[in-house]
Amino acid sequence: MLLIDCPCCGLRPETEFRCGGQAHVARPATPADVTDKDWSEYLFVRENPRGVHAERWIHQHGCGRWFNALRDTVSDRFVETYPMGGDPKSTTTETRL
Amino acid sequence: MAQHFRLPAGGRVDRSKPVSFTFNGSKIEGYRGDTLASALLANGVHFVGRSFKYHRPRGIISHGSDEPSALLSVSRGPGRTDPNNRASVVELREGLVTTSQNHWPSLNFDVGAVNDLFSPVFVAGFYYKTFMWPRSFWDKVYEPFIRAAAGLGVAPTEPDADRYANRHAHCDVLVVGMGPTGLAAALAASETGKRVIAVDEQSEPGGSLLHASDETIDGKPAADWLKETLAQLDARENVILLPRTTVFGYYNHNHVAMTERVTDHVIDPKGAPRERLWQVRAGHVVIAAGSLERPLVFADNDRPGVLLAESVRAFVNRYGVLPGRKIVFATSGASAYQAAIDAKAAGADVTVSDLRLEAGCGPELAKARAAGVEVLTAHTVIGTVGHKRVKGLIVAPVMGSGTIGPRRTLECDCVGMSGGWTPTVHLFSQSRGKLAYDEALDAFIPGTSAQAETTVGAARGDYNLAACLASGYAAGSKAAGGSAEWRFETSATLVGFQPVRVMPTDANPAKVRAFIDFQNDVTAKDIKLAVREGFQSIEHVKRYTTTGMATDQGKTSNMNALGVVAGQLDKPLPSVGTTTFRPPYTPTTFGALVGPARDALFDPIRTTPIHDWAVEHGAKFEPVSLWRRAWYFPKPGEDMHAAVARECKAVRDGVGVFDGSTLGKIEVVGPDAAEFMNRMYVNPWLKLEPGRCRYGLMLKEDGYILDDGVVARVAPDRFHVTTTTGGAARVLNHMEDYLQTEWPDLDVFLTSITEEWAVIAVQGPKARETIEPLVSDIDLSPEAFPHMAMREGRICGAPTRLFRVSFTGELGFEINVPADYGRAVWEAIYDSGKKFGITPYGTETMHVLRAEKGYIIVGQETDGTVTPDDVGLAGMIAKAKVDFVGKRSLGRPDLVASGRKQLVGLFADDPSLVLEEGAQIVADPNQPIPMKMLGHVTSSYDSPNVGRSIALAVVADGRARMGQTLFVTTPGGFARASVVDPVFFDAKGERINA
Ligand SMILES: [Zn+2]
Repeated sequence: MLLIDCPCCGLRPETEFRCGGQAHVARPATPADVTDKDWSEYLFVRENPRGVHAERWIHQHGCGRWFNALRDTVSDRFVETYPMGGDPKSTTTETRL
Repeated sequence: MAQHFRLPAGGRVDRSKPVSFTFNGSKIEGYRGDTLASALLANGVHFVGRSFKYHRPRGIISHGSDEPSALLSVSRGPGRTDPNNRASVVELREGLVTTSQNHWPSLNFDVGAVNDLFSPVFVAGFYYKTFMWPRSFWDKVYEPFIRAAAGLGVAPTEPDADRYANRHAHCDVLVVGMGPTGLAAALAASETGKRVIAVDEQSEPGGSLLHASDETIDGKPAADWLKETLAQLDARENVILLPRTTVFGYYNHNHVAMTERVTDHVIDPKGAPRERLWQVRAGHVVIAAGSLERPLVFADNDRPGVLLAESVRAFVNRYGVLPGRKIVFATSGASAYQAAIDAKAAGADVTVSDLRLEAGCGPELAKARAAGVEVLTAHTVIGTVGHKRVKGLIVAPVMGSGTIGPRRTLECDCVGMSGGWTPTVHLFSQSRGKLAYDEALDAFIPGTSAQAETTVGAARGDYNLAACLASGYAAGSKAAGGSAEWRFETSATLVGFQPVRVMPTDANPAKVRAFIDFQNDVTAKDIKLAVREGFQSIEHVKRYTTTGMATDQGKTSNMNALGVVAGQLDKPLPSVGTTTFRPPYTPTTFGALVGPARDALFDPIRTTPIHDWAVEHGAKFEPVSLWRRAWYFPKPGEDMHAAVARECKAVRDGVGVFDGSTLGKIEVVGPDAAEFMNRMYVNPWLKLEPGRCRYGLMLKEDGYILDDGVVARVAPDRFHVTTTTGGAARVLNHMEDYLQTEWPDLDVFLTSITEEWAVIAVQGPKARETIEPLVSDIDLSPEAFPHMAMREGRICGAPTRLFRVSFTGELGFEINVPADYGRAVWEAIYDSGKKFGITPYGTETMHVLRAEKGYIIVGQETDGTVTPDDVGLAGMIAKAKVDFVGKRSLGRPDLVASGRKQLVGLFADDPSLVLEEGAQIVADPNQPIPMKMLGHVTSSYDSPNVGRSIALAVVADGRARMGQTLFVTTPGGFARASVVDPVFFDAKGERINA
């Protein structure tokens, strides 16, 4: 069980968190204007990289806040966590295997 | 039985504290500080059990947790009995009742020992070869046989009477093992105030120093250095020392699991738990787990009285016990000489038989001879004499040509064997570190670390005391971020050994029973046979022969097994590979893993404030998510069907009362609350007046129904949202997700209020008259308080949010009161309704009544692929809204295509037939298989109010099939059913507005 650095609470055990899938997939501002194809991309198509991945996480059994994280899908190492709406400090490709 | 083999002085046992226990019914005495093993040996008991397969007599081999043979059943009283305890690990405690295992009728006379005579039958792969055919024998003959033969000890029958605790801990440096290496590491790591946890599996920290004799560290006797070092560590506030604590699992990200044996060794635990499971997250882990001595492989090397050489030394020096009076040390290395010297000094008659040539030996030879120990160099061991106890060791010189010279039997009552040392790399391997083979050490040692971890000392093949201390110190300092070093001055250590797989012999190898895995009864012959039969990978040999697969995971046997396989294949040892070590390092109790999660805490349930009333009134309960809900209230003599039929009639004819407290409730508050609701639900909310309710339908972004429930606008900026019982957490998460991540600009707060409000549903024509006398501050008249309205006021003096809503189709109220008032208000309503025959009803009746009205239940009529239109609720969607969650998806091609499954009612032709929920529906039962399935039954009941069975179903193009006959699968074939409107009762909906 690893520790995850919640931007609100600090390091807490993984079991208190839940992963919400790929980060930075913004909901279109006016969905009605989006084509069927683009809408299905938004709904269903996600990255599945081997290496560093930007993900949404929620401190479900803690402060209840959503945040973003860069996680290496090979080592399960968290590169960094950062607030919703923010950008990561590290680039997502640097440790990609 | 007196302690005839206890030395007159010496050892770390407390001779002022005699402790008595029983072994197979005989009372035996030892001292505080003994293990079962040392106490038994002090009394001359070596023969303590029968082996797994051949039922051969077995004795104590080791003084540590690697013991493969001496497994005892140990009882500390009722409900406190464990099988398969290693005698060398169990601390002596007054009143222990211990028994040997795997024999019948007795240890000395065992019928199963006949297996030993038939040993040629029990060859490698015996199970795979024997229990094959005929197939008819699998269940009736083979399985009972295997089950009867499997396992050693007998599982306890009583529930575990002990309590187990768990604890999470964090530290900068975790030191595993408190031998000299680990202690030096802990000293250095804690020097600068970093948080250090140091653990050791033994009752006392010290490792090999606990049985040191003439060793010195920095000019002091090793025992004194140990005492001072422990005092120094203990005095540091940043250090936690945990003896009796086994690190059994090393997981990802330095998550380390360990069990602390807290009270097994004390008579009165004073409420403390038996064991404590620790989960430690360490910045850095220093593994100083030491090494394991290898047995020598020769014929009948398993006779009681044959021990590991270092263990003989430990029994002599640490416990003051002589395992025998005439001891032969058989060795291929130096360390056994120190054991021989110490045994000699303790008064034993000692001989050393060394496989190595005189020239191959080091200073140990002269040291032993100077101490008066007879040493035979260049001697192999041919076998042993004796059955239930070793009586002699048969040795023979190995000539220069490799031929074996004349045999000679050395009379003895104990043998100390040593085939060299194996670093304890189990935890390193668990951490996913890569092992590297070191030819000079003849061992796998830690190679590349996979985590923030350092393995030092004997665990990486360093057997020299001074080097262990120095490397431990350096590693500890480095782990804590420092770079301190310390030069320890110590006495010289006798190190070095010549690797040997199987001792050379002049006997016919096919007849030699030389054991490699003592616990699973695997001989060198078995492993050779497996290789001849084509098994080449150690992983395959292991599974085929079961070597290394016993509870000791081959601690003493792995390297010997690997060596035999490599030798047989004529390959270098590393090319055979090594087996993967998995948790637990040593057997772990289920109690420690389970901890407090037993009985009511195993799978906790939620109950409502009215739960106890329902229990007192005979309700049957059903689980709904974590809740236990009253299912129905049978009267004496009623079955479920009769009770539900009575409850259903009572609600429609008079009044019923139902506990709806489990409904999910969320308060949505804030200046943007209405806007937020507008975006989350399909319905329009901006114009809903305070004091009014609306049935809300919530979609996922893919357009499918997620949840539903009645929502009341309490105030312009406040909504009281209800959800399904099972959907409460899901809906709140869904809302929070959008609020935090998509629309953080909205000024809204979400609060779960499920537990704050008890909900009492009063339903039926007499509902108003029932509650009227209890309600104050609210005008209940139909004009002032219409259907789908909500009023705040008081009931029985308690504050209430009173909803006029109905999930039955009757005049109804859902009375929300603060949970603490729930039962009192319920009872007041029950009393008030008695004159109308008020009837408590459960979830089953609730389900029937709503199905009579065609009301859907999310999760029953829907399955995550159902749109509002599919269930006839397209009218709920606010046409004018530009956007809400799921709206765009409702225009997806698949969701507007024809042929979608739609909610309909079904009447089976036979009105008494209650169709099965989930049953498939087809148009033509005579079509070829696979048939085209049109849909399935979602709800099905016998309806007392409709006077026949009713069903809801989703059927392709269902609404266009009204009146059609379809066919529904039943256990007895297809049943005919016609498609009808899903509203079966009061289709005009007049009763609800009464
Ligand atoms: Zn948090």
